[in-house]
Amino acid sequence: MRNTAVITISVILGLTIWFNTALAFDIEDEKLFEAKGSARTVSIISTTDLIYFAPLIDAFQEATPNISVQYTVASSKELFKAIYDEQADYDLVISSAMDLQVKLVNDGLTQAYTSSETASMPDWAHWRNHLFAFTQEPAVLLGSKKMFAELNLPENRQDIITLLRENPDKFKGKIGTYDIRDSGAGYLFATQDARQSDVYWRLAEVIGSLNPTLYCCSSKMLAALESGDIALAYNVMGSYASAVLKDDSNGFIIPLSDYTHFMLRTALIPKQADSADLAGRFIDFLIGATGRELVQEVAGLPPIDGEALATQLHFRPINLGPELLVYLDKIKRRRFLKDWSDAMIRQ
Amino acid sequence: MRYENLQAGSLGRRLLIQLLIVAGILSALLYLAVRSVANQAAEASHNNILGASATAIAEQLGSGSEGINIDIPYSAFSMLGAISDDRVFYRIDTDDITATGYEDLPLPASTPTTSKPTYYSALFRGTPIRAAAQLRVIPINDKPVSVLILVAQTQQGQNAITSRVANTAAALGIGFFLVAGTMSWLATRSTVKPLYSVANAIGRRGAHDLRPLRSPVPSELTPLVDSLNDFISRLRGTLNRTETFMAEAAHHIRTPLATVRAQAEIALRQAETNSSRKTLRTVIRAVDESSRSASQLLDHAMISYRSDQLSLDAFDYTELVQDVVNATSAIAELKDLEVNTILEPNLQLVGDRVLIEVALNNLMDNAIKYSAPDSTIDVQLTQTDSGIRCDIRDAGRGLSGLSQSSLSERFKRGENVKDVVGSGLGLTMVEAIASAHDGHFSITENPGGGTCATLLL
Repeated sequence: MRNTAVITISVILGLTIWFNTALAFDIEDEKLFEAKGSARTVSIISTTDLIYFAPLIDAFQEATPNISVQYTVASSKELFKAIYDEQADYDLVISSAMDLQVKLVNDGLTQAYTSSETASMPDWAHWRNHLFAFTQEPAVLLGSKKMFAELNLPENRQDIITLLRENPDKFKGKIGTYDIRDSGAGYLFATQDARQSDVYWRLAEVIGSLNPTLYCCSSKMLAALESGDIALAYNVMGSYASAVLKDDSNGFIIPLSDYTHFMLRTALIPKQADSADLAGRFIDFLIGATGRELVQEVAGLPPIDGEALATQLHFRPINLGPELLVYLDKIKRRRFLKDWSDAMIRQ
Repeated sequence: MRYENLQAGSLGRRLLIQLLIVAGILSALLYLAVRSVANQAAEASHNNILGASATAIAEQLGSGSEGINIDIPYSAFSMLGAISDDRVFYRIDTDDITATGYEDLPLPASTPTTSKPTYYSALFRGTPIRAAAQLRVIPINDKPVSVLILVAQTQQGQNAITSRVANTAAALGIGFFLVAGTMSWLATRSTVKPLYSVANAIGRRGAHDLRPLRSPVPSELTPLVDSLNDFISRLRGTLNRTETFMAEAAHHIRTPLATVRAQAEIALRQAETNSSRKTLRTVIRAVDESSRSASQLLDHAMISYRSDQLSLDAFDYTELVQDVVNATSAIAELKDLEVNTILEPNLQLVGDRVLIEVALNNLMDNAIKYSAPDSTIDVQLTQTDSGIRCDIRDAGRGLSGLSQSSLSERFKRGENVKDVVGSGLGLTMVEAIASAHDGHFSITENPGGGTCATLLL
């Protein structure tokens, strides 16, 4: 009787634990790229959609045969949870959430990797030999060709404020931007804007007064721009925009000359990785000459290019470093979101 | 003859080892000093950055409607990121409750004061860290609330600096040791050098050079050189007494010998029988030999005396050689010897004229004595690179295999000269005179028979 009870309790406990571990984080997509006669598998968890990464994985498997690749897609928050809270069993973590990636490294959940490829990286593109950037993706302003047919293009954020103040009727309900409460990239861009310049809060006030639409992601903003729901989209991921926008699209990129932030998509190897060597080879592949070309050509993402950033002084890559922890601080974050909500959301 | 001396270590080696030990100790001290100073400096600068970061956070604290406003400035962490790639941890407690940050970040051993940050080292999640703690008291609704700010960083960057400094310090220490070692070796060499120079000065001397050592020596060596000179002078005294005794003896023998010879001559003239004449001739011959030995002993004594205090004068060497040849020509004619001279004119020499004349007389005398009758003696005087060379060649019986060194020994004579009057002192004197003038004397056998005596001055 007692034994049965103990067994029952054990089973229940076991199931609970199993459920907890299995369902502790949500994944969006998953695919196994099986290599012929492969002996080993490298498992990758990433925020980048499968359509962008599948061609890269194919090219990696062509260059490095006999390695299967397990590719899992998750949102940046779920990905962080998987590694930070669950120590889930992945060999390589690829994310566009720079701050969360830095937090993983800072809190000692990753391992170092060095190779001749990593040694030749620019200083700003890696941190501690733990975190390696392989793309630089700008936050851009998008406008609708219809709307700007008869308006002057703004050249900087002050111009946007002036434009919106002078034409409130035209832009009311026609502005889109990230809902930074949901979007990691949106939060990163907004905090970097706020850090960069006081103009940001004035811009937020003006946008907030024009009843903006808030989006979860860049793709939705692009779609809304195409359909004519919005006429101006602030802080869209330029990499997606360039990939989607065609010559006959309604949306177009309005270049700003005061500053353009670049988000870095980074890779790291978790401490508990079983196949850290294979993960290292994948990193080498991504940052190597072939990888950079493929990242550009096949995945449609801008690879690391130190020269472009050096010649355009207003191009600023967000620095990989402990300062990214500041806006992850719970008090700081609560405060920032409150200020942002106060400015952006008026009922 | 050489004696195997017992060795009691080497002064030079002992000095060198002691200097090297001192240099080694100094190098090690230098290494440790540089390391500790640099490490302290590195730690101080790391402390300063951590302190500045904590202070930057403290400066942003303020009182708000809901309590304390905590607003970590971006620069608080970017300044830490700028100096190294180290991991950063922080913790902010209000009234001993963690408000934000890493709750398990270790606290300092003692509560910090409000005025200055406290610095401490600790282990955080198994990693050594350096931390700064800053305390602030903020009034909220008129009640003071204490806020403790901790900022910590791993020490990878500092360790990199430390190991770089350690390498530099080690290179500095090794460099210092090498320089000091080389200088020790040079110093040892130059210290021991006077010892060798004294030893060499004695070793270079000729067998009969009993002058005192006059070269300057370091004060530590003066007692040694003094005792040595004392010893030399005693030795010279002993030798002088021997020479004086010989001269006295010769002088005292010569006078009665002259009387004996005169009486024997008279007796010979008055002798009637052949056998008594023969006896008397033998007596005269023996007396001649004795008297010659006695006068050579006198000469020898004079040479020994004069060699110690040479009276150096410049004189015409050619003229002297010619005079000696002329003076001996009468005896040469008695044996029908022809003396050929090839003399370079007007060769000047600085030396003791009297002694050189004695040497030349002896050589000519030998040449005439050992020449076969009716033969030729060649006397040649030439200027060479190493001095003036005087060759006297005879066509006599040669050396019959005896070496020069044995011939120059006192009272030693050749095996083939029993029929000729001689004392065995002649060549000894010539050699003594040559070495007193730092010159050289040699005697060799001519290829075609006979002897060649060469005096190089």
